[in-house]
Amino acid sequence: MIRVENLRKSFGGQPVLKGVNLEVNRGEIMIVIGQSGGGKTVLLKHLLGLLRADAGRIVVAGVDITELRGEALDAVRRRYGVVFQGGALFDSMSVFDNVAFPLRERTALGRAEIAERANAKLEQVGLGGMGEKNPAEISGGMRKRVAIARALVTEPEIVFFDEPTTGLDPVLVNTIHGLIVDLHAKFAFTAVMVSHEIPEIFKIAQKVAMLYDGRIVEAGPAEAIQNSPNPVIQQFIRGDPEGPIHLR
Amino acid sequence: MTTWAARPVDLVALVGRAALSLVASLGRFGTFFASAVAYAVTPPFKMRQLVGRIHFIGYNSLVIIVLTGAFTGMVLGLQVFITLSRFGSEAFLGPAVALSLIRELGPVLAALMVTGRAGSALTAEIGIMRITEQIDALTVMALNPFRYLVVPSIVAGIITFPLMTSIFDVVGIFGGYLVGVKLLGLSQGTYFGEMKSFVDLGDVTTGVWKSLSFGVLVTWVCTYKGYHVGHGAEGVARATTQAVVLCSVLILVWDYFLGSVLK
Ligand SMILES: Nc1ncnc2c1ncn2[C@@H]1O[C@H](COP(=O)(O)OP(=O)(O)O)[C@@H](O)[C@H]1O
Ligand SMILES: [Mg+2]
Repeated sequence: MIRVENLRKSFGGQPVLKGVNLEVNRGEIMIVIGQSGGGKTVLLKHLLGLLRADAGRIVVAGVDITELRGEALDAVRRRYGVVFQGGALFDSMSVFDNVAFPLRERTALGRAEIAERANAKLEQVGLGGMGEKNPAEISGGMRKRVAIARALVTEPEIVFFDEPTTGLDPVLVNTIHGLIVDLHAKFAFTAVMVSHEIPEIFKIAQKVAMLYDGRIVEAGPAEAIQNSPNPVIQQFIRGDPEGPIHLR
Repeated sequence: MTTWAARPVDLVALVGRAALSLVASLGRFGTFFASAVAYAVTPPFKMRQLVGRIHFIGYNSLVIIVLTGAFTGMVLGLQVFITLSRFGSEAFLGPAVALSLIRELGPVLAALMVTGRAGSALTAEIGIMRITEQIDALTVMALNPFRYLVVPSIVAGIITFPLMTSIFDVVGIFGGYLVGVKLLGLSQGTYFGEMKSFVDLGDVTTGVWKSLSFGVLVTWVCTYKGYHVGHGAEGVARATTQAVVLCSVLILVWDYFLGSVLK
């Protein structure tokens, strides 16, 4: 479904991605782990067409999007749902309007139908009846759930999550993971998720990839990564301060 | 300075780099406006956003426009009366106040006030949307942020600035009336009557052209500065300051230019 080939990106001469290769199959949840500041968000932004690669190729559903722009790129984006790191809720709109917004702007559905779908999504993320609130009035965990509801309301084929649980308490982390698994079972989307939640992510991912020093050091089924002999991966998932990983 | 004197080549390189970066940013600034115009004249039009922006720019600036308009008119009434009375021509107070307001002070001061009240807020709002990835969110929804944020603001500027300016003018003329007629004892007939015979349509058109172009200028600068904001809260603060300073300077420069072209 998604193939990244030898993706390179530098900012002001500082290389962030030094040749990333990644393959995500249809319907699977791929979780990308890696150090903070290691370029995970930068990688996602390339998949979203928000950043341009210096070199390499990105193919989504058979379409090479590396150099794509305008309407052709938007056609691919209409198949996406995106949960940004900070939620990126529109703070000029209520929670309900945030969730209803993609339906209003992108579909020809009637008012009643839009309200029904948006409320159903809010219900699914456990926020039924919170629609009238403003994003500023709700907690961080609720904002992330609203962002998930907004990303999924158009029933996208491919969903990107950028650290959907960072900074939340353990109960909420598992709640949101459970939510993602449930919604995945229901809608069978392909997911690319950036997360630091170790070991919880191994329970929900089909595949895990570790980004380190601008490259994917290893990618594969969750158990394979968990039991990988690679010292970088072992150090990272144990959170060991000693080892081959150097701080950046 | 000594190092520059020692290496004149460095000075040339420095000036060259500064010039290049100036040309590049002017280019970005121009391209920004060109895209805004292109999206403004092709559907779909975002009416809901436009109404929101008119409220944001116009309605929110109403109080400050009325307040500053009234005091500007009153100050004019007083000062011009004092000046004219030295030549014994107090009778021309009406047209003097009206002409200064309609041709010059109305468009310029109204634009400066709206810049301070709404322009800065516009930059801050769009800048915050940028740094909190709300603009990216629009983009990946395959919705064009220009259509949702930039075009409605500029069109709202074109609609509201002339309105704000006319309110400023009317309130100002009334302020001059309060001082000249009610306080200093000029007759009401003289104040308004002379106005009718000395202010013509050309003066009004000049004012309207000025306010229209200020509307474009202010919203263009403010949306541009917000859209291309730097990093973090500091970036938003800097962009907001730059937007207000740049708008204020450009308003005065452009006012002089238009004033000399529109006679
Ligand atoms: N637009 C940008 N301009 C310059 N540097 C950037 C930009 N975006 C990200 N970076 C840099 O790239 C590196 C990786 O950032 P990021 O992808 O956000 O890390 P993370 O893995 O924590 O998501 C950081 O050093 C960051 O400063
Ligand atoms: Mg990140």
